[in-house]
Amino acid sequence: MTDEEYGSVCTILGREPRPPELAMYSVMWSEHCSYKSSRHHLRRLPTEAPWVVVGPGENAGVVDLGDGWLAALRIESHNHPSFVEPYQGAATGVGGIIRDVFTMGARPVALWDQIRFGSLDDPLARYLFAGVVGGIGGYGNAVGVPTVGGEVDFDATYAGNPLVNVMCLGLLRRDQLLLGTAGEPGSVAVLLGNATGRDGIGGASVLASASFAETSGSKRPAVQVGDPFEEKKLIEACLELFSRGWVTGVQDLGAAGLSCATAEPAGRAGTGIDVDLDRVHVREPGLTAPELLMSESQERMMAFVPPGRVEEVLAAAARWEIEASVVGTVTAGETLRVFHQGELVAEVPAASLTEDAPVYQRPLGEPWWLEDLWSNTISFVQPPEMGSVLLGMLDDPSLADPSWVYRQYDHMLFLNTVVGPGGDASLIRIRGTEKGLAVSTDGNGRICHLDPRRGAARLVYEAALNVALSGATPLAVVDNLNFGNPEKSEIMWQFSETIDGIAEACLGLEIPVVGGNVSFYNETDGRDIYPTPVIGLLGLVEPVPPTVPRLHRGRAGMELWLLGEPRAINLAGSAFEKITFGHVGGRPSAPDAAAGRAAVALAADLARSQLVPVLHDVSEGGLAVAIAEICIASGVGATVDYADWRHLFSEDPHRFVAVVAPADGDRLQAAAARHEVVATRLGVLEADRLHFRGPTTTASVALASAARAWRGALPSRMGERVP
Amino acid sequence: MRVAVPVFPGTNCEHDTVHALRGVGAEAELVWHRETDLSGCEGVVLPGGFAHGDYLRPGAIARFSPVMAEVKRLAAEGKPVLGICNGFQILCEAGLLPGVLLQNRDLRFICRPVRLVVVSTSSMITRALQPGTVLTLPLNSYEGNYTAEVEEFARMEAAGQVVLRYCDERGRPTRASNPNGSQGNAAAVANSSGNVAGVMPHPERASERVLGSADGRRLLESFVASRARV
Amino acid sequence: MKVTVHVTRRSDIADPQGGAVAAALRDLGFAEVAAVRVNRRIDLEVHGTDPEVLEQRVTEMCERLLANPVMEDYQVVVTG
Repeated sequence: MTDEEYGSVCTILGREPRPPELAMYSVMWSEHCSYKSSRHHLRRLPTEAPWVVVGPGENAGVVDLGDGWLAALRIESHNHPSFVEPYQGAATGVGGIIRDVFTMGARPVALWDQIRFGSLDDPLARYLFAGVVGGIGGYGNAVGVPTVGGEVDFDATYAGNPLVNVMCLGLLRRDQLLLGTAGEPGSVAVLLGNATGRDGIGGASVLASASFAETSGSKRPAVQVGDPFEEKKLIEACLELFSRGWVTGVQDLGAAGLSCATAEPAGRAGTGIDVDLDRVHVREPGLTAPELLMSESQERMMAFVPPGRVEEVLAAAARWEIEASVVGTVTAGETLRVFHQGELVAEVPAASLTEDAPVYQRPLGEPWWLEDLWSNTISFVQPPEMGSVLLGMLDDPSLADPSWVYRQYDHMLFLNTVVGPGGDASLIRIRGTEKGLAVSTDGNGRICHLDPRRGAARLVYEAALNVALSGATPLAVVDNLNFGNPEKSEIMWQFSETIDGIAEACLGLEIPVVGGNVSFYNETDGRDIYPTPVIGLLGLVEPVPPTVPRLHRGRAGMELWLLGEPRAINLAGSAFEKITFGHVGGRPSAPDAAAGRAAVALAADLARSQLVPVLHDVSEGGLAVAIAEICIASGVGATVDYADWRHLFSEDPHRFVAVVAPADGDRLQAAAARHEVVATRLGVLEADRLHFRGPTTTASVALASAARAWRGALPSRMGERVP
Repeated sequence: MRVAVPVFPGTNCEHDTVHALRGVGAEAELVWHRETDLSGCEGVVLPGGFAHGDYLRPGAIARFSPVMAEVKRLAAEGKPVLGICNGFQILCEAGLLPGVLLQNRDLRFICRPVRLVVVSTSSMITRALQPGTVLTLPLNSYEGNYTAEVEEFARMEAAGQVVLRYCDERGRPTRASNPNGSQGNAAAVANSSGNVAGVMPHPERASERVLGSADGRRLLESFVASRARV
Repeated sequence: MKVTVHVTRRSDIADPQGGAVAAALRDLGFAEVAAVRVNRRIDLEVHGTDPEVLEQRVTEMCERLLANPVMEDYQVVVTG
């Protein structure tokens, strides 16, 4: 807390704060909890649409799916904790995001993980990668929420600061919706779940709100340990309490623990609250008042219960074998009072902890190196050796087969996963209805580094196209904004540009942002990560197509078509340049709203039409990798003609590949023409080689070699024998 | 047929299991692990998950749950008792099935479809199937490596108690098709009278074609049909 | 020589497994159980004769692999 912020606290209280009060303000006004550097910019995001039920600011966003169904969604980072202890850091990240979703009254039904590390040549990156994947699986599998998709990326920029972002989706009926409000005066605050210990004291303010070097060693808070078993019981108990109507509001205890779980609901309700710390069930004796208020012990929820229902709530908790204690009472007025060992130890205006948090308009400055970066392009005197280039790209861990990761995740629980991990978007059905929910999560630090505004906008369009490829119409976005140190003007500039890029694309697609998370201070020893926004996009498809296009449905004799701009040659920020030449430079192409909308509409039409067995987005790796992935999955080679080799590797937006039977080529063209999208026949699926034929060069790679490279990339680097 | 599906704290496949059992005509209902009366139930399916957090060892704490006395009684009466995944682990810990499930050979959680060949029809889940039939079911476990003492395992094989084995696309139980190191590629085993069985992959997750496979239905149909025979 | 390493979770770090085992023991009627922590014991056979060098080397092993100093303590016992 700065001297100036301390001064504001004194002004609010009209006196010096007592230690428990100072503890509460310091965690609640931390960057992590208060969004003090980002709030000013976040206001520029479009957040409204007729189908938005709950927008940003609650525990999760909620959108209307029709027929009384709602979806709750939320994304959150756990970057620094995962660097300190990868397994527990990732596990507690999963636990936290699940609580955010069931806090809304929703049953959490699926998770997506977006994880980024340094190069796998580095033993530290391998350790972190294995630990994070283990933690996500260990927690998600055991708590019983399937992890149905995500993305993994490796780049030196994340070597000292891995990114672990997890998105959760929940489903609920409209009448089950709950908000994080304390309710009427007289309501009783019941703390449910784990006993409180000294876990992660000050985690929100220390770990997530300062750069890493400042918090080495002993300054770090005690590692939080996740207990999926406790969380599973907590989910079931809470959903029962909610469905019986015994709870009027609920708030999970995450960052800032009890402080947040009392101040926020009271602030929202415009009430006060009395909290008795002696009633909190604890894991160890001797916790001080500040410790009790700041502890980030996991798997805890605060339920606000009408006084007449307290006995029933406690009995239900006992039946589910979770601990529960009555810790407070909602009061008239607006004062949050905390009692400890019989004494009043804190007395503050409840809303001041949230609403009076400082807002900073930090200076912005276009990075001095940006012009140099844009002009730093490669000029090719001759085309590269295409065969080895392609094999090199397929063997790159960021582009390769991610099944090493998702085979460690339960992605099938609940019998809803129509399309699981490994495709462009995941597709979850809602049992008993015709509805399906498609979700895509996308990030790309490289293009955002080269142009944060264009990069962020392209991610939104990419995610929208991905859900459309399973027939869905885009509905809503959540964003996880991972950035460096906001006290540097160029980082704030990247952040501001990113917000504008997301806003532009959302306006272009007419979809709202319903929630998000900002993670700053992703830097180590003064080196900031690439600006890395991650977009999670939810789409709705109804009815779910009987056969959803999948990569493996290609057969010999079928034709390959490109939908979208056929002559893309921009290679700035491409995987091709990075993997082949270690080069990151140039300026990526701007997205185009009209082309973006057209591609999305065409893709959704085609997916629902049952005309095309395979649809695949052209993104990282370009056309060459997209075609190789179709061929590997379908077990058949391809012969493809190109006019300029750069067409094979450009990652320009709004483009996808379709596979059709030769007889259906005309219908595909007609559909494309209706949406004013260019359709170009690329070639045919045949034989057992990937054969790319150009005017001056050709590449021919045996499908078996391509498949071996692609499938072996992760297991071989993670020390497994590869057949 | 009334089938009890016991729910321990930490169980997570209970709703899927009930859904699939109802799909094959059973009257399936959830019962809490503290239940001490399963009279009226004609069969039990212990679902997958992480009962009691799988702490100490999978099934080690669950076997002492009050409901297990009733499960043992029904098993002794010859009623069909099936354990799926974690349920299999619990049946082993409870002594209703021989052997034990150790950590996977590669010490990693495995979630993917596997092929299984029917090698014995003497259990209630395979009674309605032909030997040699190849099924595809999702595997989803960390401790799925079935292991019994060598002599005991030989005796089980001879008695037809090893009922499903992991296999390749031609139904051969090869080393390469063994996902987790299970002895003799065993994926499902039964007790000597065939009314108690444990299966490591999940039949309930393969009960609708839209989700990839409906092969699991055949095992559950066999389970439901077995009531007439015992 | 034989060395035993006891790896224990730091006392301020939660041990959910210990908590679940304690609850189960009480359920079975062992009401006297106040707390349980589940720890790890690792037995090593190591070439060498100098116990001091040995202890130093095994300590290094603990720091680098056997324990996670962020959340675990360890104790090295040379047993002969």
